[in-house]
Amino acid sequence: MTADVTLSGVSHNFGDFRALTGIDLQIAAGEYVTLLGPSGCGKTTLLSILGGFLEPTSGAVHIGGRDMTRVAPAKRPTTTMFQDYALFPHMSLHDNVAFGLRMAGMGKAQRHAVADEKLAMVGLGTSGHKRPHEVSGGQRQRVALARALAVEPDVLLLDEPLGALDLKLRRAMQDELKAIQRQVGTTFVHVTHDQEEAMAIADCIVVMNAGRIEDAGPPARVYRRPATLFTADFMGEMNHLPAKVDGSGATTALGTVPADGIRPGAATVCIRPEALSTGAGTLDLGPATLRDAAFFGTHIRAHLTPEAAPGLTLVAHLPPGASAEPGTRLQLSAEPDAILVYPEDSP
Amino acid sequence: MMRAASWAYLILAYGFIYLPVMTLVLFSFQGSGLPVPPFDGPSLQWYGEVLGDRDVTDALIHSLTVSLGSSAIAVALGFCAAYGLARFILPGSALIRGLLIAPITVSYLIVGLGLLIVLTNAGLALSLLTVAIGHVVINLPLAFAIIYASMGAQQQNAERAARDLGAGELQVVTLVTVPMVAPAIAAAFFLSVTLSWDEFIIAFLLSRFDITLPVEIWSMLSSGLSPRLNAVGSVVFLVSVAGVLILELLVLRRRRA
Repeated sequence: MTADVTLSGVSHNFGDFRALTGIDLQIAAGEYVTLLGPSGCGKTTLLSILGGFLEPTSGAVHIGGRDMTRVAPAKRPTTTMFQDYALFPHMSLHDNVAFGLRMAGMGKAQRHAVADEKLAMVGLGTSGHKRPHEVSGGQRQRVALARALAVEPDVLLLDEPLGALDLKLRRAMQDELKAIQRQVGTTFVHVTHDQEEAMAIADCIVVMNAGRIEDAGPPARVYRRPATLFTADFMGEMNHLPAKVDGSGATTALGTVPADGIRPGAATVCIRPEALSTGAGTLDLGPATLRDAAFFGTHIRAHLTPEAAPGLTLVAHLPPGASAEPGTRLQLSAEPDAILVYPEDSP
Repeated sequence: MMRAASWAYLILAYGFIYLPVMTLVLFSFQGSGLPVPPFDGPSLQWYGEVLGDRDVTDALIHSLTVSLGSSAIAVALGFCAAYGLARFILPGSALIRGLLIAPITVSYLIVGLGLLIVLTNAGLALSLLTVAIGHVVINLPLAFAIIYASMGAQQQNAERAARDLGAGELQVVTLVTVPMVAPAIAAAFFLSVTLSWDEFIIAFLLSRFDITLPVEIWSMLSSGLSPRLNAVGSVVFLVSVAGVLILELLVLRRRRA
């Protein structure tokens, strides 16, 4: 079971505080979407509006073409996997998973068969008789997932589901969530503040900030060609170079880079650390001195001071085998397609 | 030396608390007609006599009915009040909470007198029903306070999940909230039963022909000391102990696990 979701002009106020402003978003049926943003950006509020726990101040929510704006959570084709799992502590895992089916009036034998099947899907096929406090945090989370999926919702809402897990378990669960989503085909909307998690898992990342959508698109596009400066910074480390745009391109202290379609005036040129390379390249950025460096296994993260602009510090990822002695003089270059230019007053 | 002193202190303290009760129980097994030393038992004759006395057995049944019934009502009302105040934003909820708990500070005598005036003016004849009403009045604040304190964010999230999975409000309360706060509900119920079981003043003021066991003991006292009284008192004590034991075994132990 799956359905598409359309949010049109959704705004929400908590008293005087404007938590969401004019959210327009289309989610295709069967898509895995992450809502990504810093704390307080409105992503959880948006999820609550999708789940029916909050009624938006204005705007409309359509799920599978039907207007759900004012429909109660129980009557929506959505279920939520809560941040703290919210399992029923007095019921066995079995009864937890079967709860939604029991509410739908399914007979005992039938709903227990479905619960077994869902528990098996999340790898807990033999633990059905246990109580939530008898299993680990990671297992509780799987139960919460099985419980939410047992009623075969059209849309599953996940509220920072991996927040309480350690890093290793988190990575494993990301893969598993994605595999399960492929298997059941349900539309997943997953809230997170971790951009690596969002990239690992999503078909589409929706970046939010201060109650607005900054950018929405596939992970590679959002990371490599972010729509706004905020998105560029939030998706990963970014070097900023003050620049001035005119007819010939964006002029920075390190040279002029192409800036097609950017209106003239003050601007910020952005380059990711891994896009800075040493030696000759298409776009020469001049010599720089290595100030310090740290070894990260897959790369060396180095702080560089360009000779043309001693006041700037650039972060570059050097190959793991490179020599990283402080004071080393390096020739910097980049490929033009890795360079991003944002006008100064871009939102 | 210090060790011996602390043991002596312990024995003295417990002796101070339990000596009266132990004396009462001991002389309920007295062989002769007066519950005073020397002890010449043991004998069960006074228990036999007491359990054969219709007045006493009736009073025993009345006490059980009143304590179980009034506790059930007090706990049900206390749960409803706690659920409403813990889950919904109501105007003046701090005041409502305060007014619900305040009767704890009022003495049973005042509650009993007040109810006596109100009930007789309302034309309600004094009976076991009026005693039960009095016990609901004194036990409701306690039941409310115990159950309200156990309602936290954990239940609230589980209730939200239940609604999300399609549960109606009644199903949320019966399948999620009540089972989750069951230890508090049981604690409130057994505490309320024990308090109602040996409550005297209100039961005395608000009853007439059908009386509860403490009132029966009071009327037996007017005919002087007798091991019969000790036997009745021991039965009252035994039931209270049973209540506390059930509370401990069923509720408090499970919570620790």
